[in-house]
Amino acid sequence: MSYTINVNGKPRTVDVEADTPLLWVLRDELELKGSKFGCGMGLCGACTVHINGNPTRSCVTPVSAVGEAKVTTIEGIGESDTGKKVQEAWLALDVMQCGYCQAGQIMSATALLTRTAKPTDKDIDDAMSGNICRCATYTRIRAAIKQAAGLPTEDKREIA
Amino acid sequence: MSPLDTLNANEGGVSRRTFLTASAAVGGGVMLNFSIPAFAQREGSAPEAAATLNAYIRIAPNGETFIVNKNPEIGQGIKTSFPMIIAEELDVAWKDVRAEDAEVDPKKYGAQFAGGSLSIPMNYEILRRTGAAARLMLVTAAARTWKVPVEECETADGVVSHKGKNKQATYGQLADEAAKVPPPNPMTVKLKDPKDFKIIGKPIGGVDSPKIVRGEPIFGIDVTVPGMKYAVYEKSPVYNGKFVSANLDEIKALPGIRGVYVIKGNVTTLDAGLYNGLTDGVAIVADKWHQANRALGKLQVKWDNGETATRSTPGFVAKAAELAKGPYEKEIKKDGNVDDALKSAAKVLEARYEYPFINHSPLEPMNTTASFKNGKMEIWSPTQMPGGGKTAVAKLLGIPETDVTLHVTRNGGGFGRRLSNDFMVEAAAVAKEHGEPVKLLRNRRQDIQSGVFRVGGFHHFKAGLDAQGKLIAFRNHFVTYSNSGKVAGSGNLNATEFPQGYVENVDYGYSMMPLEIPTGPMRAPQSNTVAYAYQSFLDELAHAAGKDTLQFQLDLLGPAKAPVVNKGPFGEQVGFNNARMAGVLKAVGEKSGWGKKLPKGTGMGIGAYFSHSGYFAEVVQASVNPKTGDVRVEKVWIVGDVGRQIINPSAGGNQVEGGAIDGVSQALAQALTFTNGAVDQTNFHNYPLLRMHQAPHVEVHFLTTDNNTTGLGEPGLPPVIPALANAIFAACGKRVRTLPINPAELKSNA
Repeated sequence: MSYTINVNGKPRTVDVEADTPLLWVLRDELELKGSKFGCGMGLCGACTVHINGNPTRSCVTPVSAVGEAKVTTIEGIGESDTGKKVQEAWLALDVMQCGYCQAGQIMSATALLTRTAKPTDKDIDDAMSGNICRCATYTRIRAAIKQAAGLPTEDKREIA
Repeated sequence: MSPLDTLNANEGGVSRRTFLTASAAVGGGVMLNFSIPAFAQREGSAPEAAATLNAYIRIAPNGETFIVNKNPEIGQGIKTSFPMIIAEELDVAWKDVRAEDAEVDPKKYGAQFAGGSLSIPMNYEILRRTGAAARLMLVTAAARTWKVPVEECETADGVVSHKGKNKQATYGQLADEAAKVPPPNPMTVKLKDPKDFKIIGKPIGGVDSPKIVRGEPIFGIDVTVPGMKYAVYEKSPVYNGKFVSANLDEIKALPGIRGVYVIKGNVTTLDAGLYNGLTDGVAIVADKWHQANRALGKLQVKWDNGETATRSTPGFVAKAAELAKGPYEKEIKKDGNVDDALKSAAKVLEARYEYPFINHSPLEPMNTTASFKNGKMEIWSPTQMPGGGKTAVAKLLGIPETDVTLHVTRNGGGFGRRLSNDFMVEAAAVAKEHGEPVKLLRNRRQDIQSGVFRVGGFHHFKAGLDAQGKLIAFRNHFVTYSNSGKVAGSGNLNATEFPQGYVENVDYGYSMMPLEIPTGPMRAPQSNTVAYAYQSFLDELAHAAGKDTLQFQLDLLGPAKAPVVNKGPFGEQVGFNNARMAGVLKAVGEKSGWGKKLPKGTGMGIGAYFSHSGYFAEVVQASVNPKTGDVRVEKVWIVGDVGRQIINPSAGGNQVEGGAIDGVSQALAQALTFTNGAVDQTNFHNYPLLRMHQAPHVEVHFLTTDNNTTGLGEPGLPPVIPALANAIFAACGKRVRTLPINPAELKSNA
């Protein structure tokens, strides 16, 4: 089947089976390798892209369900002011270790900040809990989101 | 002593076969190649280390300085920290440094692997010398041109200058001349005084991070080669199950499938720790990975799983309990007489600590791309142990190692999993069979189920305290697993395990249960389990003695003693130093406000452990919900001592934070179970990893001590698990003697 989908602002036509997950269309048909495969079940968030601005697990989204929607991937996220700020904060705070999950983290973080310009720690927990970082860079991800939002970076979650 | 000190000591200070060779680089500039064959020749037991050490520098006419990182980057930051070390002594500005990945060539680069927190201790000094030797060549070139003594020249930020003659030249201008200078003996070049460091010790961001935030293809899974197909390789869920039959014709007819192959394995016995063998499987090659993976849903294979299929987790637990009732099979260490001491003890404590098998689960699943053409194999792989993979592939194919070219990509996490190269061997086998290049990628189920697992274990402690609360006897009957008759990989217990040497009567021994399932090193192998059991039981003893745990540990450690020096496969290693341990314990007590009053239901626990030459003491503050038993890990305070220098405080702090949260993740939720020899867990819904909302605050401090600089990827993890278990006891009065933590057992009415 032929599908034309809008990826990072451009129409792209691919000839794949209807059940092909968007992730594999991006990675293996369109050579956009930034979105990562982690679990194939929408559990880890490494494959997160935006569909009409909403963070979406591309590994469980069949290409046939995308339709006219606008798909944004890590390769295109720097085009938005918020996305660029998030990328810059990630570098400024040296967030990554292995870096494999970070495309998905950046996509979820950008979606959060687009919706909620000044997120609380609770907002961050809610928005980011679908993204696993096996290296456990959570402390720095939290701080980088705050930095991108122009907030003080310290962890304000209550402790006894 | 560092490996380099070892070299000096063993060589008796005579001139050694040290070569520093230089040649003009392609495209201009100088290429520096530094090797010390003598170092390698001394070590016979470790093939990965048994090679030359060297480094590689190339300076372009415009001053851009290309520095090779020889070891795999797995997220530990080595591709940044190794070039930092060289750049410091070379005296270039960091902005001019371009880090490059090394080819796999042990003759040129020596041991190339990421494991054991060994990269820094094995290479710190030698890389400094590499940089310093290159600097001297550049200075010599300038001095000759200006006809001045070398000693009168100075360097800074990639420029040589002579004040008296008011001369200046950039490294880029000097590089061609420097390449003609006879290389100096790197063992005698002058190194910087660390107080003058401009790069080492400064927080520097990862060199590949800009690529990562843009989603550039730098991981193994991202490799594309012309004409490549995609493959999956399905094995028995039971290790080394033999192929009997399968619905191959049905699979061949599915969309996109280009080949289906039954591949016979070559594994006869299990290795002790690293797995580079091939086991039977069905390879499915397709135009796209999704098609190959989807076909797995239709694949039905009959396996002959042999005796391993008779083994399940409840059986292991029952067998361990039975073994614990009798004497241990093998003695590990005996000091004094534990039985007599226990008879005289005022208090005797017994406890059994148990932990499960767990999986490494790096987020990038195991994968390798392989291309077999004209009898030669070319491979692209995220591996922590390239040499082992290369050897295994050559052996499998019956070709010389020189006909195997291996490109190491960035690893999407390692944690020890990619020290084994089973996935690389599978890709090579499939590529050869299929005849076109293939990218083999495991799905998550395959990745979890065909792991090289962190081994489970059972510690049966019995200890005695005298009337003053002093520990006088300590016994452990450790029940572990065996593979091919030997202790399963990373399932050992050290004779010198603390408190051995610090209590008069000690009795350590072990019994084994046959496993025949791969186990091997996982981040702080052995330490990540033993620390939990020992440090938790020591906390029990402190409470029984009516003492504060921190003080109990300090009392036990006693006055400073001279540490034991052990000969290891990578040179001499300085053993446990009780003064350094006491140092981190005291410091973490201060940082955490140890002893302060906390609300009901909240508690602090402490754990301390020595591993990979590093000393770490950690305090966890946790609360337990009395109704649900749910644990909230609020904060972790960490104090580490890895010697004189933290190379990159940014990456270093990140490693330690990540290690601690990794340990919390293991303690809270991770467990693999076996049914009929097969792993039950399949993905992150039944093998959960810790997430953002569960991650505690973490505060990391380093003590700088006058000891050799050692690694910190691993030693930060082990203490956090007992610290958490002990915090839970402080919070709710219930001991965590089985991992993972079970909230049902922590409820107030449980």
